[in-house]
Amino acid sequence: MLDCGLDMTSTLNFLPLPLVQSPRLSKLPGWVLKDGSTFLDKELKECSGHVFVDSVPEFCLPETELLDLSTVDVILISNYHCMMALPYITEYTGFTGTVYATEPTVQIGRLLMEELVNSIERVPKAQSASMWKNKEVQRLLPAPLKDAVEVSMWRKCYTMPEVNAALSKIQLVGYSQKIELFGAVQVTPLSSGYALGSSNWIIQSHYEKVSYVSGSSLLTTHPQPMDQASLKNSDVLILTGLTQIPTANPDGMVGEFCSNLAMTVRNGGNVLVPCYPSGVIYDLLECLYQYIDSAGLSNVPFYFISPVANSSLEFSQIFAEWLCHNKQTKVYLPEPPFPHAELIQTNKLKHYPSIHGDFSNDFKQPCVVFTGHPSLRFGDVVHFMELWGKSSLNTVIFTEPDFSYLDALAPYQPLAMKCVYCPIDTRLNFIQVSKLLKEVQPLHVVCPEQYTQPPPTQSHRTDLMIDCQPPPMSYRRAEVLTLPYKRRYEKIEIMPELADSLVPLEIKPGISLATVSAVLHTKDNKHVLQLPPKPPQPPASKKRKRVSDDVPECKPLKPLLSGSIPVDQFVQTLEKHGFSDVKVEDTAKGHIVLLQEAETLIQIEEDSTHIICDNDEPLRVKLRDLVLKFLQKF
Amino acid sequence: MAMSFQKPWFLARARRRFAMTRECAVLLPRVCAALADPRQPGSDDTCLEKLLDWFQELTLFDSTVQLVQDNPCLTEFITSVLALPEPSPSILSFTLRLAGILAASENRFQHLQQEKLLARLFGRDGPLNSAVWEDASVRSGWVQGVHNMMHHQPALHLLCSGGGIDVIFTLQGDPSLFVASAASQLLVHMLTLSVESETTKPLSTKDCDWPACAQMIIKRIEDSLQSSSASHIEQSLKLLTSLFGSCRATWTEVLWLGVAKQIESFLTEETVQVQHMLANLLLNMAWSPVFRDTEGSFWALVTSALEHLTPVQAGPLAVGILRLYKCPQDVRIQALTVLLQPMDCILRAASQPLEYAGLLDESVSDPVTVESLLSSRSSCANLLCQTLAHLEELLSLSRLPVDLPYTSLLRSLMTILQFCNGFLSPASPLGSTISRILINCFRVQRSALDVLAALSERKGSDTLIESLFDLLLAYLESPNTSPTVLKKTFQATSKWLVRLQELSCSNSQGQQTEKILEDVFLVLQKRLCSPCWEVRDSSLEFLTVLIKCLRDQDEFRQSLLSSEVPRLTENLLEDPESYVRASAVTAVGHLAFITYFAPEPPVVGNQYNKENTVAKLQEILSTDPEGFPRRAVISIFIKWLRQGCTGQLEDTEQFVSRVIQTVEHDLDWEVRLGGLELIEVFCSQTICQLGLPQCPYAPVSSAVTSSIHWNESLQVFCRAKLFSFLFRSLCDCDKPVGQRACDVLLGLRSNFYPVSTLEGSQGTGDSAVGHGIAWLQRTLRQGSLAQNFPTDGSNGVDFQDPENMMIALGAIELEELHDELNRSSDHVEKSPQSLLQDILATVGTIEENEADCY
Repeated sequence: MLDCGLDMTSTLNFLPLPLVQSPRLSKLPGWVLKDGSTFLDKELKECSGHVFVDSVPEFCLPETELLDLSTVDVILISNYHCMMALPYITEYTGFTGTVYATEPTVQIGRLLMEELVNSIERVPKAQSASMWKNKEVQRLLPAPLKDAVEVSMWRKCYTMPEVNAALSKIQLVGYSQKIELFGAVQVTPLSSGYALGSSNWIIQSHYEKVSYVSGSSLLTTHPQPMDQASLKNSDVLILTGLTQIPTANPDGMVGEFCSNLAMTVRNGGNVLVPCYPSGVIYDLLECLYQYIDSAGLSNVPFYFISPVANSSLEFSQIFAEWLCHNKQTKVYLPEPPFPHAELIQTNKLKHYPSIHGDFSNDFKQPCVVFTGHPSLRFGDVVHFMELWGKSSLNTVIFTEPDFSYLDALAPYQPLAMKCVYCPIDTRLNFIQVSKLLKEVQPLHVVCPEQYTQPPPTQSHRTDLMIDCQPPPMSYRRAEVLTLPYKRRYEKIEIMPELADSLVPLEIKPGISLATVSAVLHTKDNKHVLQLPPKPPQPPASKKRKRVSDDVPECKPLKPLLSGSIPVDQFVQTLEKHGFSDVKVEDTAKGHIVLLQEAETLIQIEEDSTHIICDNDEPLRVKLRDLVLKFLQKF
Repeated sequence: MAMSFQKPWFLARARRRFAMTRECAVLLPRVCAALADPRQPGSDDTCLEKLLDWFQELTLFDSTVQLVQDNPCLTEFITSVLALPEPSPSILSFTLRLAGILAASENRFQHLQQEKLLARLFGRDGPLNSAVWEDASVRSGWVQGVHNMMHHQPALHLLCSGGGIDVIFTLQGDPSLFVASAASQLLVHMLTLSVESETTKPLSTKDCDWPACAQMIIKRIEDSLQSSSASHIEQSLKLLTSLFGSCRATWTEVLWLGVAKQIESFLTEETVQVQHMLANLLLNMAWSPVFRDTEGSFWALVTSALEHLTPVQAGPLAVGILRLYKCPQDVRIQALTVLLQPMDCILRAASQPLEYAGLLDESVSDPVTVESLLSSRSSCANLLCQTLAHLEELLSLSRLPVDLPYTSLLRSLMTILQFCNGFLSPASPLGSTISRILINCFRVQRSALDVLAALSERKGSDTLIESLFDLLLAYLESPNTSPTVLKKTFQATSKWLVRLQELSCSNSQGQQTEKILEDVFLVLQKRLCSPCWEVRDSSLEFLTVLIKCLRDQDEFRQSLLSSEVPRLTENLLEDPESYVRASAVTAVGHLAFITYFAPEPPVVGNQYNKENTVAKLQEILSTDPEGFPRRAVISIFIKWLRQGCTGQLEDTEQFVSRVIQTVEHDLDWEVRLGGLELIEVFCSQTICQLGLPQCPYAPVSSAVTSSIHWNESLQVFCRAKLFSFLFRSLCDCDKPVGQRACDVLLGLRSNFYPVSTLEGSQGTGDSAVGHGIAWLQRTLRQGSLAQNFPTDGSNGVDFQDPENMMIALGAIELEELHDELNRSSDHVEKSPQSLLQDILATVGTIEENEADCY
């Protein structure tokens, strides 16, 4: 199984979970059906024309119907965003396999899960809505609830013990490490340049190579650069995880982010940046480190609020081997690879586990707050949205591309604060993909259907699709695809002693053949030809042979035959030997020679000859010898 | 008549000026001997070039044999180089060129030929048949030598009779481009010389009695053109291009008629690819009255070329034709068609059929070629950039001999820009292809924005102004706009904003203008906060341009002052990037014209504190570690002073004094120079205000009153401590500063000492003051004032004392100083004598070593 991401967009249908009682949210009117029925008004609330479920947010799980997940042997994880559904799979499906991921992926993935669990668990919700999920009821709801897919499968967030259990099933791997999977294939993670520890995977046998490219970046950011060379000579390249916002150049967006941040702060407003606790935030902090002095923002406090803020900032500094070259060299100086260490030292950046406690004492405005969750449905961000939403001086800047910012903002409407959308997605865009594919030249590309056509909202942008030859094979949800290659060969090893014993015979110039008699030993999908057991020694005494000594009897080697039988000559030979009533019939595969008198049939085909006669062994042997005269033996 | 009267006098003076001095004549034989000595290390090429320049000057106005007769070492030098078994290529090249310079006059030619020197140098037995010919510098020397010599018939005959023409024709294909180009130029020169010096009666098409040499050259040209070798054809086309470009005599038409048919065939010929050469040839011919003024086949050929050449090849020809005032109208239309066709294709590709009329009538253009070029990734951007560059060139002409369809052109430009940022969903397959190619193509964006800016000055394209601003604002707002494209967008926007203001004045589109300005300032506000310093810098430059052009417009001032832009601009005075600080200084300086210095200062809040701003600028001037911001401050102060703003600010005298004291020790000479300019403006304003006649020759009403004024002005200048800076600057280590200071002092003297009074007042007397001035004079002469500058008046000079300064102005030989400062610093080193000494000095060491050895 390649990755197991969690679709969190389902949470956008729920009301935010405020940390402190929000009079605004609690006063939202219940939703009433067109016919005046009010049976859903406890479950659904209306806010500025949108309807939300008033319950603990739920998540949309990966497809479970199509495949029995307990039969999955291995899960390969590409990056920490692509493992968020792991506890649902390892803890609920009977999964007994192994998960492979790099160390930073696991550590940061743990932080993301921890933050998620923490954000939801610390605001327990008394009620749990389920009535609206009834198919008959759902049909009556307004969009987008009406169109939500498989709501019955939506699940509440997992717990920390489940997270720990899931993570314990992960086996850590390093870049370029070759991992044997049951002897059948070898898998290797390669740096994908997108996030700390993010990987592309190569899955190869001796004669086939499949590359899985997911969430890769060619930009110079903090992680180790993408390893492109190792992707060459792939039979199939499965391509996914491209940028979600192909028209937004990350550099331009960072510029936009900084400009809007500075403008807001200079006007006395606060800036709220809903974000994940790891990833782009490192680059943003680095960018701000260079920018704040030039923008005259040295005195403006930057707050990073997350239950895992401290761990995230510290983890980033210790994964030196997973960082880009520049940052690695800093470690040897020794200096912290990321400049946010200096921001923390100089008190320009302060981090807190939550808004309670120290933060409330230190809080000064105007300020810039980085906090989660980017969906604006849970986490400390909900508090700041409630706090700052009423003033047009403040700005919320969206940098994570995973959620539609308009949908995220819907339960906060009407909103006076400014909203700026600067999605920073460093993953491959279509121009980069095109260059990558030219460089790597896979025989076939397999990708989601969405990448083979322009985005629906910009149908004229034919540049925003994958352009390669041969055209990519596309797949859609729940579609079963046969990868365009056949496994034709298996590699078999020959033991040295056996190889020694072979005597090749040149049958054509440059082509030699040898007969091999050996025992094929197959274990864990590895095949080895071994010397056949020696023939039994003649018993030294007249002791009776014991059953345990009974090794397979090795029959004397029969010669191998080659060549074809010319039917006319064969018939003549038969006649010479006294068979007078020979009759030849042509068949689809060869000929049948009938000896009517002897009631015997000789069936001659390209690769076999059968002599069929009833209990006349001397006749069969005679005929066999006549047949053998026409064939070569070796 | 006047010229012939002046000629002997002029020539005599020129000869005197460029004659060889006795000192040089003494040094020259040793130099020649040293250069001809193969044991000497190769002389510096620069020295040899300078030596040749000197000989060129010596021979320019003197055609007599005197130079070679008086200096036999020159012929000896040539002889000895010819005698060397293996001369160094650089010396041989030098010798060839020197011989050519000397032989440029017929007299000296004959003198040198007495020993057959020229035949030996340039003939078959010379270097051209030796191993050293392999060296490109020798071949180049040979061609240049022949060119130098080629001013008379004997030289022509020497070459023609010795097979030189063949050599030169071969050299046209030389691997060294310098040699090849020089050979081509030489042939043009020889052909012209031959026809013009050897023809006795005018040539006509019927009677082609070419002189022998010309005949040889023309025959070779014709043969090459008829050959199947593309390189030979190219060489001949190049030669003809050069000939028609430099020679406008009627015989060129006779020559042309002989080759015209052949050349015409190249347009349609597919086996020989020389079409790319034809545009230049035809263009040079079009500029020549010989062809331009004919009604005949020439223009038909041009039309045919415009039709047959590819759009990329025909572009330069088309734009050249459109620059001509004398050109048949149908050719002009054809040329315009070539230029507008890509723009027309763009328009058609982007719009629904029949939606717009397009730029061109379909009957005059066949768009297939252009369409195929635009659909190819490799040629689309090139064709568009070239076309756009040509259009910009045309639009930059003050008088366009042709009417362009401005509205359609603007629409096409907007379409290109929309393609480039992916805003346009094209209606045709061609449009989709072009869109795919052009998205994010910065080159095309930049070129299109340049044309857009140029188009703002042309009337007739105003109907689209609203959608144009939508587009410009989209570019200004988009985070995907690259910094260089953004800069171009700013330039185009500023030009169109000026146009918009003109329009809104005439047709009361006030509201629309106000909305656009509001949007512009909103986006500018964001750009001023960009993390990319180039963006902040161009944003500030944009603001400055806007203020310069639009500060008199109420709408503009109101929109600007009600935005956050002024405050953000002031913040950028502390930007970490020095270029940005400099641009911020300039912008703030200009902003002051509509805030502090406006006749009716705005009543928008109280955020514009002028004292603070001035103090901030002065702080930058005194403390900024980089030169650019300090230069910007002094420029702004000069601007303020010129526009009379400082009077409202504070006492101008104090202001100038404080600025001068800050800049006089500045390490950047441009800042010090700015300080002197400030003084100059201040002095002229002060003298004007106090009523002193500016013209030194103006009658002075009464000696008494004028002396009072002088006194007053002088007192002002002394109080402002201008003189110490001015006198110290005379010895500034950077010459422009000294020159400017001297100019200012001369200006002041001319004010204080009208010519009639100057002579009598120059005595310094015996007093203490006199001693001081004498010291000053001495020190200035030595150029050491800067080091010995008196800070306490201990040398008897008080720079703040009007009397002292009055005497100093009269006594110090400022004219002498002025001449001294204006002389180039290497005037000694540049002399021929110094050059000869330099050459000897490099060989001298060897002579000394030899003496040591024996």
